[in-house]
Amino acid sequence: MTTTESVITGNKTTVRTYKDYGRPLWRRLLISREAAVIGALILVLIVSNSTVRNFGTPITFYYLLLDVLPILLIALPMTLIIITGEIDLSVASTMGLSSVVLGILHQGGLPIEQAALVALVVGAVAGAINGFLITVVGLPSLAVTIGTLALYRGLAVGILGTTAVTDFTKSWKDFVKSKIGDSSIPTVILIFIVLAIIFIVLLHFTPFGRGVFALGLNDEAAKFSGINVERTKFILFVLSGLISALAGIYYTLRFGTARGDNATGLELSVIAAVLLGGVSIFGGRGALPGVIAGVLLIGTLGSALRLASITSDVINIITGTLLVLSVVSTSFLAWLHKKRTKPGGKKTGSPAAKS
Amino acid sequence: MTTTTQPSTSTGSRLLQGLGSFARARETAILLALVIVIAIATIKNPNFVFSNDGFRNLLLTPSIIMLMAVGQAVVIITRNVDLSVGSTLGLTAYLTGRLFIDVPGIPIIVVFIAGIALGAFLGLINGALIAFAKVPALVITLGTLYAYRGINVLWTGSDRINASDMPKPFLALGTQTILYIPILTIIAVIVLIVAGWYLRNIRGGRELYAIGSDPAAANLYGLKVTQRVLVAFVVCGALAGLAGVLYTARYGTVNSQAGAGYELDAVGAAVIGGVAIFGGSGTVWGAAIGAYLLLTINRALPILGVQDFWQRAVVGILIIGAIVLDRVLAVRTARKLVEARDK
Amino acid sequence: MFQKFSRTSGVARAGAFAALAVSVALVATGCSAGTSDPEASGGAGGDANLAITFVPKNLGNAYFDTSDAGGKEAIEEFGGTYDEQAPAEGTPDGQVSFINTLTQQQVGGIALSANDPTALCDAVNEARDAGVKVVTFDSDTSADCRDLYINQATSEGIAKVQVDLIAEQIGDAGQVAILSATANATNQNAWIELMKADLEANHPNIELVDTVYGDDDDQTSFDKTEALLQTYPDLKGIISPTTVGIAAAARYLQTSDFKGKVQLTGLGTPNQMRDYVTDGTVTAFALWNPADLGYLAAYATKALIEGTITGAEGDKFDAGKLGEYTVDADGTVLLGDPYTFNKDNIGDFDF
Repeated sequence: MTTTESVITGNKTTVRTYKDYGRPLWRRLLISREAAVIGALILVLIVSNSTVRNFGTPITFYYLLLDVLPILLIALPMTLIIITGEIDLSVASTMGLSSVVLGILHQGGLPIEQAALVALVVGAVAGAINGFLITVVGLPSLAVTIGTLALYRGLAVGILGTTAVTDFTKSWKDFVKSKIGDSSIPTVILIFIVLAIIFIVLLHFTPFGRGVFALGLNDEAAKFSGINVERTKFILFVLSGLISALAGIYYTLRFGTARGDNATGLELSVIAAVLLGGVSIFGGRGALPGVIAGVLLIGTLGSALRLASITSDVINIITGTLLVLSVVSTSFLAWLHKKRTKPGGKKTGSPAAKS
Repeated sequence: MTTTTQPSTSTGSRLLQGLGSFARARETAILLALVIVIAIATIKNPNFVFSNDGFRNLLLTPSIIMLMAVGQAVVIITRNVDLSVGSTLGLTAYLTGRLFIDVPGIPIIVVFIAGIALGAFLGLINGALIAFAKVPALVITLGTLYAYRGINVLWTGSDRINASDMPKPFLALGTQTILYIPILTIIAVIVLIVAGWYLRNIRGGRELYAIGSDPAAANLYGLKVTQRVLVAFVVCGALAGLAGVLYTARYGTVNSQAGAGYELDAVGAAVIGGVAIFGGSGTVWGAAIGAYLLLTINRALPILGVQDFWQRAVVGILIIGAIVLDRVLAVRTARKLVEARDK
Repeated sequence: MFQKFSRTSGVARAGAFAALAVSVALVATGCSAGTSDPEASGGAGGDANLAITFVPKNLGNAYFDTSDAGGKEAIEEFGGTYDEQAPAEGTPDGQVSFINTLTQQQVGGIALSANDPTALCDAVNEARDAGVKVVTFDSDTSADCRDLYINQATSEGIAKVQVDLIAEQIGDAGQVAILSATANATNQNAWIELMKADLEANHPNIELVDTVYGDDDDQTSFDKTEALLQTYPDLKGIISPTTVGIAAAARYLQTSDFKGKVQLTGLGTPNQMRDYVTDGTVTAFALWNPADLGYLAAYATKALIEGTITGAEGDKFDAGKLGEYTVDADGTVLLGDPYTFNKDNIGDFDF
């Protein structure tokens, strides 16, 4: 008794849009959702530079990249998960759990390297639990990840209470905040760049990635064309847990605090950025460059507003509204298009569409 | 067509049948669990139940979450979810305080209506976006969760409502009891009875179940899906608004973080109470008992020597356990039906 | 089972989306351009940058409202620019982001009440390297990551006055518990350690059964009080060395069976506690004047920015209406002594 539509949406009439390969390459590349996000990012950068004091300084970009790195990291596997039509709400709680594990083990005497390794394993196990419940037991990912969101966060807070471990090796804290040479680009961005390249290759240039897209469009058809649906989804959730743990380790070392409450609410920023970057919530469509631009867009907006002394609640309002609008706009534009291509209405699309 | 044995219509066996289904119902199981938890806590510390304070707190503290769980159940039955109820509670709680401060002498009933109206309006925004734009409820309510909370913090600033700002009769509502039952609990139970009756006996309520079971079929059958979903979200928001007013009466002090995290308890209570997350089944009674079970476990943990830091982990385990149980039962029922069909 | 799909014109989508993002950005930065000038701009031109920002533990806390108002009064007296930034919850990493932003904004000075003694050090030292003066008040960081610490009263004095009050109120025998703020707060932990030492040394018949944390959140403190009373039926007294905690505990006790049977004391503000003292829920509690504390912190920051003092022992600086103050060892400045409030004198104060 499997459902063919993604359980998040709950309805069977999903509306998606696809690249129109009848159009020339330059049109395909430039006039797309991803290009729109990248354009918006550039625009926001220019506007902030001119209107907000102190924005254009190197130290601002340094802090911006440091702030936005966890979201950048987690957005990579989250994109793949949303493309398959599932969702993972427990990423921020996995961050908190790995942060606590790191803190407790280090406080107990383990050197940071080993403690971090254990934290990564914990994250992978957390992701595996999600994957097991979703693929083997067959539960909807929304419900499972709401449950594990509470469970992992609860474990993190339970283990540490409300104290925080704040004693970490100075050399590691300094490394996390170090810069490349004389510029003000943080060294840890290199880690992200490596992972981003891996994920982009994985998603867009390997059969596994094609499988992910096929899954998102119709998982029954994907199963019949030979893609191992269960294994693919399981791998994605394990990756999500692993990367969340990595982000949690980074967060702990950057702020110097391991707390059960660390990174509460981060899943909103990740999902907002992924959806903003052009990934369809119904699955089957999306691209990583757009997502990276989406994350940077939200990060830049946040940084500019904070510098302009606008409080963090306004930033939350804007992030929440952007999330809502980006999902609604896809629906709205598809509805508009449907109205325009009704019989008797103006027809758009390439000649290849007419048969 | 295979012949099915007709059930004998004598009242005796009908009664037995009714008792049988009652015993097997999910609601009964968690009611039993609730009684067991209370019993264990009381054995450890008789004051848990047998003292004025203890009995009052037993009934009072979960009533606020109970209201939210009832509203959440209505939404989940239609195969949606509303994650923004915690922020709605925060906004209406602050509104309540502000009304009492800025409009001295305002009648308490007006404040109640204002809170419910604000909650209903916030729910309407959610419902309109979800029903008309046909976007997943998860994403929309995740966005409005943060947007509403941000508006709350913006409005509140660094301000806070203090208990001394509110009229004494309103605060008394928070602690007074009639025949040992707190007034807030009575309000919540009345709402529960109305909701339960509506969902079971009124056409609009039963249609919610149909929409949750199979939206496409409901659409083809001619049910007004958009309208019903909209109403479901408005009801959920209105109940969260009422919960906000009650929150202010109970705690007296409201800051910008009021209600943060409550949505998780509300969804958890509904899921534990037997409301299937895929929609189409479950009752508000189950959600209410689930709310009581959840919060009583939380309050019993310190008595049993468990640090209350573990509360959220308990919620998580209960949610996962509940949905696994639902799934196992669903698979088993499906298998039985297939076997019966193939016989 | 049939999925509709349509090809939406890329132009329309790109255009709509770009318009959306641009409008959001413009609105947001437009608002900011309007409000940023009076608040965030430091002293442009001129000699000293007297833009001082107060960073209390969290927002929505009546104690910090008063202390920051005192700081604002001082800053306006000497012609600087005042601002207040804090997270909604009392967490160390919440404060780190604000300190980072202030570093980028190049303010003249920060007056900080720290949520943790060591977690903030990196961010604070980055600020100090960029030329920002950092003064802690109310809750300190470790001494190598701030320029001065304005202490409201000696920690021993604060601990002793609360222990003395509770001992007097419960007849020097019985079970007591502590309702604290956040688990990492420097000042809370310092006072709790001293209280434990005092109880062991001088009050052998009083047993401290538990320390719970209300996180300086009203509802959490309320619920923790309820849990305490339920878990320890023989509890005789509660000490709450935080104004949020004592107000919440008093409100719970007022409508509970334990009113009068369980004594409550700690640090509270007169305005919040007046009701409870008048109706007998609370007999007496202690505090100092937070407005004076903020006022002194602002003047100390000004002295550092202008170079009048460097934070060394023996430095003197002028603190407006409070007179002249001298820096003690370890870069500490002492405000005064704690003060006890009870039914007789609570009507005389308004903060």
